[in-house]
Amino acid sequence: MSTSVKLEVFEGPLDLLLHLIKKNEVSITDIPIATITEQYLATLELMQSLSLDVAGEFLVMAATLIHIKSRMLLPPGEEEDEEEEGGDPREELMRRLLEYQRFKEAAEELEQREILKRDVFARRPEIPDEIEAGGFEGVSLFDLISALRQVLERFPEERVHEVTLERISVREKMSLLLDDLHRRGKVVFQSLFEAAASRLEIIVTFLAMLELVKIRAVRVLQEERDGPIVLELAAPLEDIQERMAQGKIEGEGDGA
Amino acid sequence: MERDQLKSVLESLLFASEAPLTVSRIGEVLEGADKQEIAGLLEELKTEYEASGRGFRLAEVAGGFQMRTPKENAEWVKNLFRGRPARMSKATLETLAIIAYKQPVTRAEIEVIRGVDVDGVLSTLLERRLVRIVARKDVPGRPFLYGTTQEFLETFNLKDLSNLPTLKEMEEMTLPPENQDAANKETSSKE
Repeated sequence: MSTSVKLEVFEGPLDLLLHLIKKNEVSITDIPIATITEQYLATLELMQSLSLDVAGEFLVMAATLIHIKSRMLLPPGEEEDEEEEGGDPREELMRRLLEYQRFKEAAEELEQREILKRDVFARRPEIPDEIEAGGFEGVSLFDLISALRQVLERFPEERVHEVTLERISVREKMSLLLDDLHRRGKVVFQSLFEAAASRLEIIVTFLAMLELVKIRAVRVLQEERDGPIVLELAAPLEDIQERMAQGKIEGEGDGA
Repeated sequence: MERDQLKSVLESLLFASEAPLTVSRIGEVLEGADKQEIAGLLEELKTEYEASGRGFRLAEVAGGFQMRTPKENAEWVKNLFRGRPARMSKATLETLAIIAYKQPVTRAEIEVIRGVDVDGVLSTLLERRLVRIVARKDVPGRPFLYGTTQEFLETFNLKDLSNLPTLKEMEEMTLPPENQDAANKETSSKE
């Protein structure tokens, strides 16, 4: 593209308004409503022309701005609306902008703090070698997915487009996982992904694990709310392999 | 226990602990040790680490004490863990700030301030355990009230909620005093 339009991502209509106010070097307490309204509408148009989804909130604000602008044009005391008589028609907007700005600044301050795992690090909870049995609770899919998210954090969104994708099927991965579980007994969820080389592989592993849970070959346990998620075989390996061989499972041949 | 030995034991506890240790927890572990003395020694360790230029500091977070690496070493420690921590978007931070300062607060109240829907952001925050549902508001519909968690304090290196920077109501920021030894001891022993 030859035209370089730098359109910032606005968090919402208030964010956009603050941006325009700052750009015009005007004060929140004395907004030149005509200028700002015009620029606000122009930005919306630009957003639309770029096929960005302009949320309803932006349009509501546009209407509010136009309404304020029209009221500003009326001589004082001639407002039609009794309720709105007197006072600056911009007052309510001004109050909202000031309040939003306070929190926007507070957010910036939070961002500048020494954030754990970004600026400072604490010792990470060690994954215990052996987890004592007993007292385990079932784990919800939600827990598994948030654990998966953590694992995926290790791999930033793929920036390089890989052309040669390793093809690992869910089915293959299931067998590998079973062997692994058989050999190691109880295994911590995260450690299943240690050898994974890509997001794809992590996801395939995850799907394979879900599949194993579904066919009741594997049990997923967690001792406490924030504790490690642990997997173990739910039946002797031979039984499971037999069941799988007999094709009593779904999800066969699911390539990835 | 001798003072020197107590200090050494404290250091071991801090080193071995995964979560911030409160003075009262340490008191439990070291049955009968004087909490005043513990608090004093923790402060001593904190000052010593800072002065020594070691690769760790003693941070006061979430009502307790935790060994953490100093910010200036972040770059290398990060490399150790591959990948980057999930970044927090502006929307997430803004919503988090509103909850932190206004808690307990309903979703609708947050949305009024931000001027946009916060549904998605709120579930991200819940999922990351930075906020939690603390109660329901006693108004029609009984909406959930949200508040921040221990993880929030830990993540943002905050001793407690009163440690949040004051909102810029007036133009000037009133900086919280740096060293409130007396106050520290009070908060810690309350735990």
